[in-house]
Amino acid sequence: MSPTDHSAPPMVRVVDLHKQFGDHEVLRGVSVDVAMGEKIAIIGPSGAGKSTLLRCINYLERPQRGHIFLDGVLVGERQENGHYVQVSERDLAPVRAQMGMVFQRFNLFPHLTALQNVAISPHRVLGLPKAEAESRASELLDKVGLSGKTHAFPEKLSGGQQQRVAIARALAMRPKLMLFDEATSALDPELIGEVLEVIRTLAREGMTMLIVTHEMHFAEDVADRVLFMDDGVIVEEGGPHVIFRAPQHERTRAFLRAVLQR
Amino acid sequence: MSGFARFWEILIAKLPVFLPYLLKGALVTLKITGATLVVAALFGLVLALMQRSRLRVLGVVSAAYIEIMRSVPVLTTLFVIYFGLASIGIQLPSFIAAVIGLGMLGAAYMAEIIRAGIEAVHHGQREAAVSLGMTPAQAMRFIVLPQALRVIVAPTANYTIGLLKDTAIVSTVAAPELLFAAKTLVSQTILPMQVYMLTAGIYLAMSWPLARAAHYLEARLSRGV
Repeated sequence: MSPTDHSAPPMVRVVDLHKQFGDHEVLRGVSVDVAMGEKIAIIGPSGAGKSTLLRCINYLERPQRGHIFLDGVLVGERQENGHYVQVSERDLAPVRAQMGMVFQRFNLFPHLTALQNVAISPHRVLGLPKAEAESRASELLDKVGLSGKTHAFPEKLSGGQQQRVAIARALAMRPKLMLFDEATSALDPELIGEVLEVIRTLAREGMTMLIVTHEMHFAEDVADRVLFMDDGVIVEEGGPHVIFRAPQHERTRAFLRAVLQR
Repeated sequence: MSGFARFWEILIAKLPVFLPYLLKGALVTLKITGATLVVAALFGLVLALMQRSRLRVLGVVSAAYIEIMRSVPVLTTLFVIYFGLASIGIQLPSFIAAVIGLGMLGAAYMAEIIRAGIEAVHHGQREAAVSLGMTPAQAMRFIVLPQALRVIVAPTANYTIGLLKDTAIVSTVAAPELLFAAKTLVSQTILPMQVYMLTAGIYLAMSWPLARAAHYLEARLSRGV
C-alpha cells in the first residue's frame, strides 16, 4: 500500500453535501476528506447515494447544499461578498479537467478511434499539438495494455477493452483525482479482472481515487479506507480490515452478509 | 393522325429548342435549392441550439418561430417578402426573395431535424465530454454534433427532395427557375402538354438520384447508431 500523506491539506474535501431529485433526498449531509494519494472505496446498497456523491464531486450533478473543494479550490461555486454563488457549466470546465471520471457504461465516443478518444481532450482542452496529444494517448493505451488497438473504433472492442480505453482517456488529462463510478458493473464477469488490474496499477502509483464498487474483495485489497453508505449518509467508515472484518454498525453487517453470501 | 402521335411528333421536333431553355431554368432551380438548403441548415442549427439554451427565453422564441413558420403557407411568406417588402420600398431580387422565403420555412424543418439528431445522442456522451474538461460548446462541437449528423443526414436528404419540388412555388415571384421557364415557354408556343410533360421529366431526373442517395445514406448510416 502506498503511503498516504495526512499532514497536507486534503485533495478533496466534501462538506455537508445534500442532493435531492424532486422529493427524493439522495444525499443527506455527506462530509468526507480525501488525502492526497488516498484510495477510498465507497460501498453500499443501490440507491444509497454512492454514484450521486461521485457525480456531485465533479458537478455533473449540482448539489442543493454543501461544498466541495479540490486541492483547496472550491468546485462549482465561487464566493462573492461572503456568499456562495454557483458558476456556469463553462466555468466548471477547468476544474473538471483536473478530475478523471470513469463511467459504468464507458461512454467512449463511438465516432472516434481508441487513440482519438484518448487524444481529443489533451488536444482540444489542454491545447497540446495533435501529434503530442496522440503520442501521450498512445503511451497511455500501451499502459492499459491496448497498444494493438489504437486505431480500433469502440464498437470493435470488448467491454473490458472499452473501459480500459475510458481509463486511459481520463488519465490523458493528468488528473489530480480519479473517480470510478461502478467501473466494472456493466462488464461480463470474465472481463472484470483486466479492468481491476489497471485500477490496481494506478493505486500502486499513488493516484488519489474514489471508487464506487460492488467488488468487495477488490475494495478490501486496494482501499486505504472504506465508506459504507446507506440512505444518503455515510453510515460507517474505516480501514478495510475493520469494515470488512469487524463492522461496528448493524446496517453494515447486514449489507456485507447479503453481498458476500452471493 | 391521332392526338397521341401528334404529341410525340411535336415534342421531338421542338426538343432541341425546349430542352436547352428548360434546362437553363432547371439550373436556377438547383441553385435555389442549394442556397436554400444552406440557409435552412445554418439558421435551423441556430434555432435548435436556442432550444437547448439555458436562457429559457431563447427556447421560447425558437419554438414560437417554428410554430409560426409551419402554420403559414410558404406562398404567403414568399409574397410578404417579395411583394410586401417592395410596397414599403425594399425590392429584393426574385432569387434572393425565393431563397429567404423558402429558407425561413426550411429552417423550421431543419431545426426539428437537428434537434431530434442531438437528442438521439446518449446524454452520457455529453457527460463524458464535460467530465474531461470540455466546455459545453466544445462538447457540442466535437462530440455531440458529429454523432447527431448520422441521424440528421437521411431526413435532410428527404427534406431536400421536397425542397427541390417546392421551388416551383417561387415561379409566382418571377424567379426564373424551371416551372417559370416552362410557363414562359407555354405562353410563347401554346404547347402546354409537351412543355409541362418535359418539365415533369426534368424534375424527375433531378429528384430520383437524390432519393436514391437518401435511401443509400439511410441504410448505411443507420448501422451502428
